[in-house]
Amino acid sequence: MTQDFRLAKGGRVDRDKPLRFLFDGVAYDGLAGDTLASALLANGIHLVARSFKYHRPRGIFGLGLEEPNALVETGIGAAVEPNARATAVELADGLIANSQNNWPSLRFDIGAASDLLSPLFSAGFYYKTFMGPAGAWKFYEWLIRRAAGVGRAPDLPDPDRYEHSYAHTDVLVIGAGPAGLSAALSAGRAGARVLLVDDQVEPGGQLLNTSYTVNGRPAIDWVAEATAELDRLPDARRFARTVAFGAYDHGYVACVERAVPVTQGHVRWRERIWHVRATEIVLAAGAIERPIIFDGNDRPGTMLASAARGYANRYGVASGRRAVVFANNDDAYRSALDLAEAGVEVAAIVDLRPDPSGTLPALAREKGIRVLSGHAVVGTRGRARLKAVEAAPIDDASRRQVIECDLLAVSGGWNPALHLYAHAGGKAAYAKALAAFVPGTPADRMSIVGSAAGEFTLARCLADGSRAGAEAARRAGFTASQPSLVLDADEPEADARIGPTVAPSRGGKRFVDLHNDVTEADLRLAVREGYRSVEHAKRYTTWGMGPDQGKTGNILGLSVLSDALGQEVPQVGTTTFRPPYHPVSFGALAGRDTGDLVVPLRKTPMDSWHEKQGALFEPVGQWRRAKAYPKPGESMHHAAEREVKAARESVGLFDASTLGKIDIRGPGAAALIDRVYCNAFASLKPGNARYGLMLGEDGMLKDDGVTARLGPDHFHMTTTTGGAASVYVWIEDWLQTEWLDLEVYLTSVTEQWAVATLSGPKARQVLGPLTDVDLAAGAFPFMAFREGRVAGLPARIFRVSFSGDLSYEINVPARHGLALWEALMESGRPHGITPYGTEALHILRAEKGYIVVGHETDGTITPYDLGYGAMVAKKKDYLGRRSLTRSGMTGPDRKHLVGLLTKDPARVLPMGAQIVERPSEVRPLPMIGHVTSSYMSPTMKRGIAMALVKNGRERMGQTVYLPMLDGPTVAAEIVSHVFYDPENQRRDG
Amino acid sequence: MLLIPCPYCGERAELEFRYGGEAHFRRPDNHLEASDESWANYLFMRKNPKGWHRERWMHIAGCKRWFYVVRHTVTHRIAAAYKVGDPWPDLPA
Repeated sequence: MTQDFRLAKGGRVDRDKPLRFLFDGVAYDGLAGDTLASALLANGIHLVARSFKYHRPRGIFGLGLEEPNALVETGIGAAVEPNARATAVELADGLIANSQNNWPSLRFDIGAASDLLSPLFSAGFYYKTFMGPAGAWKFYEWLIRRAAGVGRAPDLPDPDRYEHSYAHTDVLVIGAGPAGLSAALSAGRAGARVLLVDDQVEPGGQLLNTSYTVNGRPAIDWVAEATAELDRLPDARRFARTVAFGAYDHGYVACVERAVPVTQGHVRWRERIWHVRATEIVLAAGAIERPIIFDGNDRPGTMLASAARGYANRYGVASGRRAVVFANNDDAYRSALDLAEAGVEVAAIVDLRPDPSGTLPALAREKGIRVLSGHAVVGTRGRARLKAVEAAPIDDASRRQVIECDLLAVSGGWNPALHLYAHAGGKAAYAKALAAFVPGTPADRMSIVGSAAGEFTLARCLADGSRAGAEAARRAGFTASQPSLVLDADEPEADARIGPTVAPSRGGKRFVDLHNDVTEADLRLAVREGYRSVEHAKRYTTWGMGPDQGKTGNILGLSVLSDALGQEVPQVGTTTFRPPYHPVSFGALAGRDTGDLVVPLRKTPMDSWHEKQGALFEPVGQWRRAKAYPKPGESMHHAAEREVKAARESVGLFDASTLGKIDIRGPGAAALIDRVYCNAFASLKPGNARYGLMLGEDGMLKDDGVTARLGPDHFHMTTTTGGAASVYVWIEDWLQTEWLDLEVYLTSVTEQWAVATLSGPKARQVLGPLTDVDLAAGAFPFMAFREGRVAGLPARIFRVSFSGDLSYEINVPARHGLALWEALMESGRPHGITPYGTEALHILRAEKGYIVVGHETDGTITPYDLGYGAMVAKKKDYLGRRSLTRSGMTGPDRKHLVGLLTKDPARVLPMGAQIVERPSEVRPLPMIGHVTSSYMSPTMKRGIAMALVKNGRERMGQTVYLPMLDGPTVAAEIVSHVFYDPENQRRDG
Repeated sequence: MLLIPCPYCGERAELEFRYGGEAHFRRPDNHLEASDESWANYLFMRKNPKGWHRERWMHIAGCKRWFYVVRHTVTHRIAAAYKVGDPWPDLPA
């Protein structure tokens, strides 16, 4: 299709590089340098979308990120990107784009019936209408979500890669328009590291879209020179296609860079988040033109005046043949003059002001453009495309005249883009003369210049930018003298007066927020219904809550509220700008942290062996641990049962490498250990180990584990797998901030040691042939530690037990872990050695009544509750001691650790089941405790459970009841929680 | 994300640190004889001010040292960072 609306000359597009693209299945041509929007307009296409709520036909309205209407879907299959703004999609050869939110097609959308019913769909409609019956909301919601909305999320995994990078700079300049570019240049000349980010493909900002001159030459020439100089500076960098979307604390600014589009294959990365840390920030984000509220202000063919001039100047595209400009300010005349210069017939300038009389209106009149002063657009005609506007004097709507046109360029003044300034803590002030908010209080590390600061002349943008850049460099410590920028911006003086932003109404639809289909009537209704706070009116109507965050509609809405409430705009207040300034894809935020890389997977040195055996794994914190080693056809439970039997009757082998391990050394080591455990440790001799209970200062059990004394001033502490990091930080805290008297050094050595645990009556026979350590019970008793060699490897052997049977925990340097494991398996083969996983481990320890922190404890359990009172030291001081005598820490209301045996031995209670005293059917019942661990015990050949029960030790032999979610209440007897070998003969033998 | 001036390593991004809450709350002297009330105060009560706050941070991904920071809880400005045992810098006006 030909580009009928491409101007014969002009624009920054490359006329030698035609590009072909598809929109809604139709092929069109564009040029390199186009956006999807400019290429569509070049082909005469305005209608590109259906609106969010009423499915009204909508056209391209803006020029860049402010676009509220032209949301399209780009790409196909898994690479679909919904809700892309056509105005920000860089055209590439082969680009595929589709319209959204319509059925069966963009031109004939059944959903548009809702527009006919729109009197029903005012603000709060859903809340008022879709009420009962209970549960019906689920259906209504489904219906509403089908009818309203924007793009569809792709349902396939994203094939593209997203990245994160970090950048550090002395001066970050946001926006490469005249203010930003001169700021970057002067900061760079001062010697500072400079980073200039801009969302566009090339620098220049509004200078790309306008026809200003600098030093008598086209301003764009100055842009090229300034950019070239900046690029020659060794410490200056520029990021194009990069949106700064959030300003956070201490000079941290988050940006997202999009890749240069490719026509074939995949981009190396699609989007990249830049985490920028800047000493100083110069915000030169520019301003966003404001529309005007008038009847029928969403007709396709209606667009911002600055957009119409931008399409002409930058892309060489006429957005229409015959234009009407609707204005309340002088800058709109620049747009009109540029359109006329490009060859668009300007039928009239409709100006709300009674007496536009400055240089620019005079120039327009000189060019023969009709100026209707004191007039307003009071209606638009056409369906999917504007055909004419109705204009009338403000005070006499009856004197309407119809002006045929296919383009209505609207300008209600400019709003400084204060978003990032507000993120950084700045509070805006209302400037009545501009009818806009401008910077008020200073923001942290940020200066704000150019039109973002409410300065709308090119000369001021250049001068202020240059000064701000130099000052930012000086504050960052760079004082090199530099030639100042001498720039003479030649521009006709504009009259600063701004007219009203609301035209008289004749009862038509008047949109405030085009994206969310919020009308002036909706806002007025909200006020009538009592939503007088700006934040309430916003949420009731959804005004400003679309993905464009009200970039074009926010200030308009404030003026409506101001009128409805009879308050000045500053009293109405503003809603809060929050990041992101522009929507950021989840893909970009996730970066490379997807799939296996979400959390780094920690594997033990023996992991490959487990995998080869077909082990089932379970995640434990960041670790993966072998849960069981099922044989072909065996279930996890059957495998665990077999593994338990082996560990009880012959010998099992367990990978305990994930245990937390802390190496503790120094002259104060023994005193430290004695203070952090509540049981006595001072008497522990080198070569011995002891099980320790660690309490928080609140007296509750925090962690547990075995600690061995390797030498007089040297300990090896083990912690739970999950508690390793927090225990380390906790002890360091005490050492560094309270116990400055102790000289002790902690080293986390969890990853330095591989641990294999031999457990079972044959453990000694398996280990014996491999080691030079004397394993005789007398020489190496329970809770002793020995150093020696195992399978030729340097090893530390701890005779501890978590199964209740004879057990050796063999530690070797991590790199030998697999060799140790294989040697033990080989040596154990004659004895039927069986590897066992965490499921069997849990069963073994539950049979023996050993606790697991986090199962039998939950941060509210003391050693007394667990029945470990005898272990608690009576004489020494330790962390948590004072808390153990607080009221409520003793007495009959405490829960005690007990065992439960169901009356039906085959029954295995669910973990977490609640315990009650009587089998009443009347609920709720007072709960006296809950099941903490529960297994089918292969050794006891019945279900066993551990539980915390109120005053449980005084209830031995009593029957309690466990109501089930899915069946009759279960009865169980309270017994000791030690089911297996209570005399410890097997463990200590 | 804050930029925290570790007194040992210099300015580093917040993600290298672990927060430790209010600083300088005092463990009662002779704590084993402390009243229930003063012990409960020590265990559970913290100031949570709107304004300047002395607080504890640990450089967990760096030097692993605990230290103190004077931070404004509204603006997040950091006025000072100091080591354990250093004299306390004055709170800004």
